[in-house]
Amino acid sequence: MTTTKERNVIQQQFKERMNEDELMNCMRCGFCLPTCPTYIESGFQEAHSPRGRIALMKAVVDGLIEPDEDVERTLNMCLGCRACEPVCPSGVNYGHLLEEARDIIQKNKKHSLPVRLLRKAVFEELFPHPHRMRTITGLISFYQRSGLQRVVRNTGLLNLLPAQLKEMEKILPKVPTLKEMKHRPNHLPAQGKTKRRVAFFSGCLMDTMFMETNDATMKLLQLAGCEIVIPPQQTCCGALHGHSGEKNQAKELAKRNIEAFEGLNVDYIITNAGGCGAFLIEYDHLLKDDPDWAARAKAFTEKIKDISAILVELDFHKKGLKLPSQVVTYQDSCHLRNVMKTASAPRILLQSIEGIEFREMKEADRCCGSAGIYNIVEPEMSMQILDYKMEQVKETKATTIVTANPGCLLQMKLGIEREGLSDRVRAVHIVELLLEAADASGFTADQQ
Amino acid sequence: MISNEAKQKLISIVGIENYDDSKAGRLVYSYDATPQFQSLPDAVIAPRNTKEVSEIVKICNEYRIPIVPRGSGTNLCAGTCPTEGGIVLIFKHMNKILEIDEENLTVTVQPGVVTLDLIKAVEAKGLFYPPDPSSMKISTIGGNINENSGGLRGLKYGVTRDYVMALEVVLANGDVIRTGGKLAKDVAGYDLTRLFVGSEGTLGIITEATLKLIPMPETKKTMLALYQDLEAAARSVSKIIANKIIPTTLEFLDQPTLEVVEAYAQIGLPTDVKAVLLIEQDGPSEVVERDMKKMAEICKEEQAVSVQVAQSEAEADALRTARRSALSALARLKPTTILEDATVPRSEIAKMVKVINEIAEKYNVKICTFGHAGDGNLHPTCPTDARDREEIERVEKAFEEIFAKAIELGGTITGEHGVGVMKAPYLEWKLGREGIAAMKAIKNALDPNNIMNPGKVFAKSTRKRVVITR
Repeated sequence: MTTTKERNVIQQQFKERMNEDELMNCMRCGFCLPTCPTYIESGFQEAHSPRGRIALMKAVVDGLIEPDEDVERTLNMCLGCRACEPVCPSGVNYGHLLEEARDIIQKNKKHSLPVRLLRKAVFEELFPHPHRMRTITGLISFYQRSGLQRVVRNTGLLNLLPAQLKEMEKILPKVPTLKEMKHRPNHLPAQGKTKRRVAFFSGCLMDTMFMETNDATMKLLQLAGCEIVIPPQQTCCGALHGHSGEKNQAKELAKRNIEAFEGLNVDYIITNAGGCGAFLIEYDHLLKDDPDWAARAKAFTEKIKDISAILVELDFHKKGLKLPSQVVTYQDSCHLRNVMKTASAPRILLQSIEGIEFREMKEADRCCGSAGIYNIVEPEMSMQILDYKMEQVKETKATTIVTANPGCLLQMKLGIEREGLSDRVRAVHIVELLLEAADASGFTADQQ
Repeated sequence: MISNEAKQKLISIVGIENYDDSKAGRLVYSYDATPQFQSLPDAVIAPRNTKEVSEIVKICNEYRIPIVPRGSGTNLCAGTCPTEGGIVLIFKHMNKILEIDEENLTVTVQPGVVTLDLIKAVEAKGLFYPPDPSSMKISTIGGNINENSGGLRGLKYGVTRDYVMALEVVLANGDVIRTGGKLAKDVAGYDLTRLFVGSEGTLGIITEATLKLIPMPETKKTMLALYQDLEAAARSVSKIIANKIIPTTLEFLDQPTLEVVEAYAQIGLPTDVKAVLLIEQDGPSEVVERDMKKMAEICKEEQAVSVQVAQSEAEADALRTARRSALSALARLKPTTILEDATVPRSEIAKMVKVINEIAEKYNVKICTFGHAGDGNLHPTCPTDARDREEIERVEKAFEEIFAKAIELGGTITGEHGVGVMKAPYLEWKLGREGIAAMKAIKNALDPNNIMNPGKVFAKSTRKRVVITR
C-alpha cells in the first residue's frame, strides 16, 4: 500500500527522472504486443503489455494518473524479459524505462518491516559478499549431504512451506561443499596454443550454487585455446538489484567490477549466465551520468561476450564433437537473446554435435517465467508461463533441454518436475553438454 | 460519466471481471497508434458473445453512453480513441475462428481474431486471404473491417472490403442483423455488408464475419529496383501498370525511410540510393517469370541503377517485413511521427511524389515518403515533436496542402487509414456538402442517439480549404 504522500513523491520523481524522449519514442504501434508473454497469458490485457506499461509511465509523468496500486501491479507483473525490444521498430529501450520506474517506486515506498529486512538481507548483506554466498551454499550442501534433506522430506516438514518453495527445494542443484568452494583459481593457462587471453566473470550464484557450470565453462575456454584470468576482487553483477529497484547498490557493484577487470589486458570478459551478461553489458547505461565512470564503464562493456559466442569465434563447432543419440532442444535465455543479441551461437554449437538431433521448440524465444526472482514473487503467472513452455518442450519430444542461464535452468528443472518427466528428460546448461561432448569425442586442443 | 445504475446493469451482463473502470485500466485504452490523441474512457468492457454485446448496446442506448469498439488499437486516424468518453468495447473473449469452409472457400470468424493468425490458419489449408495491413501481426479482423484496411497486396488483390461476404452486426437499438452470405451472387436488398465495411464503428458493432478466400498462388517472386531519382522510380510504377502488368506488390521507399528501416532490420537494404521499389508477383511460375523479366526491363529503362531479385523466400520475407516496419522505424527519428495516406490515381503517382517534396520544402519540414505506390496510396510521414507547437503548425499546413493537391489530382484524403477524428475536418473537401449530408442521414437513421463511436468521421467544423498558389 502506498500513502498519498508517497504517491506524490513518486509522481514528482517520475517527472524528474523518467526519460521523456524515450517515453515519447513509443509511437504505440503495438508491434510489441504479440511478443509479450504477460500480455498473452493475461488474456490480452493491454495493461500487461509493454505499450500499456509505457503509456502508464508516461501518464504518471504527465500527471494524467497517480502511481496507484494498479500501476505498480502492472510494473510488477512485467517479467523484464525484454522480448519487446528487438521487435520495436522505433528502438524504444523499454528495459531502461522499467528499471527506472521500479527504482523510483521502491525508493519511495515504505515496505513493511519483514519485507524491508528481507530486502536488506538479500540485496545488501548476501549477494555482494562472496564468502557469505559460500557459507549459505555450504549450509545447503550440508543439508543435502548430511541426510538432513532425506529426513526433512520424509517427515513432511516441507509441507509447511508454500507450494512454490516446496517445489523449489526439489530442484536445487547438488551444490559444492564449503571446502570445494574455497580454492578457486585466479589464472588458468590455455590448453595447446593460446589464441585469446580472456577474463572470466564468475558471478555470485554461479561460483557457489552452480560451481560445476563455472568449472565446465573454464574447462571449455581452456580447450578452445583461451588463457583465463579470474580476478578475485570481482563481485555480484547487480542484476537482481537493478531489476528490483535497488539501482544505487547496482551502481556500487558495477564500479567494483569495473575496477576488478580494468588493466587485465584481455580480449574479452566472458560470461556464462545470460542474466548477468546482459546486466554487465549495460553498465555504460547504468553509469552514464557519472562522469568519473562513464568512459570506464564503456570500455568494460565492449569486452563482454557470452561463452557460446567466443566458442563459435574459435571454431569449437568444427572440432567433431559427438554424443550418444538424443533429441535436444534449446530454451533461449531472454537476456542473452534480447540484450546480448546472442541467439545463433548456442544453436550453431548444438547443431554441430554429431549424434544429437536438434529440434527447435515453438517460441523458444519466449520467456520461461523464471525471470530472476519473478517465479518466487509472481508464482501464479510464472507457472502459467512455464506450463505453456513445457507444452512446447513436450511437442519436440526432446530428452535434453539446454539453457544458457541459471534461472532458466532451474525453471526448466521445475517444469520437468511438474510434468512428471524427471525419469525421461533432463535440463542442462549448454556448457555442461558441450563438455560432455568434448569428453565423449576425445577432444584435443589445437597445438598450432 | 456512467451512472452507478448503468454500471450495475453492465456488470450484471458481463460479470465484474469483464468490467474495468479503474484509473489504470481506463488509461491503457485511452489511445491508439495515432499521435497526439488521448482521452480516457469511463470504463472498459469485454463481452463474451453477441447476446452480451446486444444487451450492452441496449443499456448504452438507454443511458446515452458512447461505445467505442476496439481491436488491438493499431489504427492511425484516432478512430478508436474514446474522445467522448463512454465505454471501450474489447473483443479479447470473442477471438475464435469459427469455421473454414473449403467447399465454399470462406472463413467465418469472431472480430477479435488477429489478422495474421487467420492468414496462417487458412494458408495451412492451401487457401489465401490477401488483405495484409502492415500491422497484421497485431491488428484484428474486426478492426480491419471497420477501417477497411488495405496492405501490401492491395494492388492486385484489393482491400478488406473485397473479401467480406457476410456480417453479423449489433445495431444501436440492440437488434442483431445478418447481412450477405456465402454467396457469389446476392441482390436481395441494399448491400449493407459494404456499408458496414469501413464504417469505423459509427453504425453498429460487428460481432461476426464471413470472409472470402481464394486458392494460394503457386509461386511468388520478389525484387528490389534501386534508383538515384525519386520521380524515375515513381514513373516506373505508372509505366509497369500501363504495360498491363499488375504485380502483387509495388512498394516505394525513399532514402530517409530506407535509412531508418535498415537501422532497425539490418538486412542490407541499400541506403546510398534515393529510392527503391519493392516489387512482387505471384501466380503460375511461367507468368511470374515473364512479368518479373518485363518489369525489370521497364525499371532499367527508367534509369534504375540496379534490379536485384531475392534469392530465397527468407530473403523476400525479410524485405516485406522490413517494409512493414517503415512507419514505426521512422518514429526513431523524432519523438512524434505524423503520417498520412493521401491517395491518387496510379497515373498521377510521379506528380504526387514531386509535389510532396516541394511542399515539404515550402514549409521547411522533413517529410519521408513510402507507401503502396502501385495503388497510388502514399504515406508521406513527418518526424516532428509535439512539444514544438510552431513546427507542428507548419506540419499541419503542409499536410493540408498535400490533401488539397491529392484531391486536385483526382485522389482522396485517405486511402486506407480511415477518417476517424484526424481527417474528419477534411472529409468535406472530398465529399462535398451534399455527400456529407447523405452520409449523415444514414448515420442518423441507424444511430439516432449518436452512441456509436461519436465524434468520428463527421467533424464539428470543416477546415477551410487551402488555396494552392503556384
